[in-house]
Amino acid sequence: MAKTILVFAECRDGKLRRVALEALGAARLLAGGDGEVHAVLAGSGAVSGEADALAVRGADVVHVADDSALQSYAPEAYLAAIGAAIDAVQPDALLLGHTAAGRDLAPRLAAKYNAGHIADVTAIDGAGDDAVFTRPLYAGKALERRSFAAAAAAANTGGPSVITIRPNNLPPAEAIDGGRQGTVQPLPFTVPALYTAVRSLVRRTGGQLDLAEADVVVSGGRGVRSAAGFEPLQALAGVLGGAIGASRGACDAGYCGYALQIGQTGKVVTPQLYIACGISGAIQHLAGMSQSRVIVAINKDPDAPIFGVADYGVVGDLFEVVPLLTAELQRTLASPEA
Amino acid sequence: MLNIAVLLKQTFDTEEKIVVTPDGSISSGEAKLVINPYDEYALEEALRQRELHGGKVYVITSGPEKAEEALRTALAMGADEAVRLESEGSTLLAGGDSHTIAAALAEILRPLAPDLVLAGLFAVDSGSGSVALQVAERLSLPHASAAVKLDIAGAEGAAASGAIPAGAKTAERFAIVERDVEGDTETVAIPLPALVTAQQGLNEPRYPSLPGIMKAKKKPLVRVNPADFGNEWLTAAAARTVRTALFPPEPRAAGKRLPGSPAEQAAALTQLLQTAVKLG
Ligand SMILES: Cc1cc2nc3c(=O)[nH]c(=O)nc-3n(C[C@H](O)[C@H](O)[C@H](O)COP(=O)(O)OP(=O)(O)OC[C@H]3O[C@@H](n4cnc5c(N)ncnc54)[C@H](O)[C@@H]3O)c2cc1C
Repeated sequence: MAKTILVFAECRDGKLRRVALEALGAARLLAGGDGEVHAVLAGSGAVSGEADALAVRGADVVHVADDSALQSYAPEAYLAAIGAAIDAVQPDALLLGHTAAGRDLAPRLAAKYNAGHIADVTAIDGAGDDAVFTRPLYAGKALERRSFAAAAAAANTGGPSVITIRPNNLPPAEAIDGGRQGTVQPLPFTVPALYTAVRSLVRRTGGQLDLAEADVVVSGGRGVRSAAGFEPLQALAGVLGGAIGASRGACDAGYCGYALQIGQTGKVVTPQLYIACGISGAIQHLAGMSQSRVIVAINKDPDAPIFGVADYGVVGDLFEVVPLLTAELQRTLASPEA
Repeated sequence: MLNIAVLLKQTFDTEEKIVVTPDGSISSGEAKLVINPYDEYALEEALRQRELHGGKVYVITSGPEKAEEALRTALAMGADEAVRLESEGSTLLAGGDSHTIAAALAEILRPLAPDLVLAGLFAVDSGSGSVALQVAERLSLPHASAAVKLDIAGAEGAAASGAIPAGAKTAERFAIVERDVEGDTETVAIPLPALVTAQQGLNEPRYPSLPGIMKAKKKPLVRVNPADFGNEWLTAAAARTVRTALFPPEPRAAGKRLPGSPAEQAAALTQLLQTAVKLG
């Protein structure tokens, strides 16, 4: 049965995030051939420029909420904008990225509309009423499939099922051939009295790609021995266009901030390539990275458990191996026949 | 005075391997159970805020009888009273859907009317991070998630510190929260009553002391059965989602060790990565 799906097209610094396109791709599949896909863009000024990117990639209607109240992130302003889109579109499902903002908004929207929330989805099978969502448990030590309860749908108040998708797992929507293009329209909404006063936003990541969205992650553990020990890793990440991550061992030792921690109590990442340097491979760390596509481990202890999940293991000193690898990759990537 | 409610969940110790049985459930065997690490930060913060402002700390969980161990630990750490929503025998709560649990927790919180609700950012087992914020919505509380620092300030103090810009909602007290946003730090002020979720780095949780453990045995632990909320409530709280399968992740194929000198290893790895991953 054809469905109507609404996507929250999240932006960062006025630019669409890749996960917004991944959500759009998923929405197209869930809607089915003759279903409808709507997207809501929320922000101040610049975001309007992103509407076309959605309209050529499968969004039938792009609703643009442009208001100065959406300049910085006050959840109640974003909830009001998305709520207005829900009321206008009456979607069967709402898709958001499982990002800081998506995780913050989705549960409140689910509760407001008396609907269910399936979070951190890594795969979707089927469409319409038959859609089944795969998601990790215990940070990936197990997986479950979940679907929206038919009985609940019957008793439903008409609110949309809410789904948050993990970045980097579902294919992004591509431009549709044949020039089919959706329409773009302003979304009227009432800005509520704001509760949240945002005093400041301090950028600690220096504009670095969000770990969860990076294609390549280079991670350091206690083996890097100091904050300065991350420098060779940064050089390697630089060559590969990747982001830096860490084990809790490195965070606890004060070599880097907890924001970089990967694992069961940190971030869960699923990049194309994960390079673990000086990380032993404790079970909590493995939970956060073992679903990466290709894993490389560099460790001087041949018995380190990290080698148990590594596709390629290098037994050696990271301070020797990492600079050599960086230089070798730089040379190869620079040569035209590569 | 600041009355604080902490939502907490008992989870497997993160050291535990997870074994999926052939019938598609998780074997709990001899697994060690702990307070969800994020909820532990929330509890520790509640205790510290009570030390500063006075008041009471309530700890609330939804779970089987075994989950009372987590409540007793929380009482031993210093919480004043505990409430357990009984999930045994309740097909409703055993269903484990965030909609149902949030509905039940909201029922418990309403009469307590706490000034502050604290919870973990997410539970390390189900990993949804949905229940606490659903509770906030049900109780119409503003929230701030992923706190790495929390201060409670009176309206004047908050205004003097520049935390409350003109035009924001006024209140007697505010929570001033530094929150982690994908590695960046955002400072926000929200009026109490409010809900705040705890991120790693908020504090270092204490261990229960021996006198604390002795005292905990005499502290009140109330059990509430969701059946008492009435039939209408039960229908409205029915799970919105169902699990259809549970399975272990694909085991990873055995890897390859790269032999030779560091230079040879680096060269070989570069070759392999070029074919295995789309680089550049
Ligand atoms: C409740 C709880 C939650 C946790 N959550 C997480 C989590 O989310 N993420 C996480 O990562 N951990 C987590 N941990 C911690 C985890 O148990 C380990 O302690 C931690 O992952 C170890 O970090 P490490 O591998 O960097 O350090 P270590 O275990 O000390 O390993 C360092 C490794 O570096 C190697 N090494 C040293 N020097 C060099 C060199 N020059 N070249 C190459 N290799 C070298 C050593 O051989 C060793 O294998 C958690 C623990 C608890 C109790």
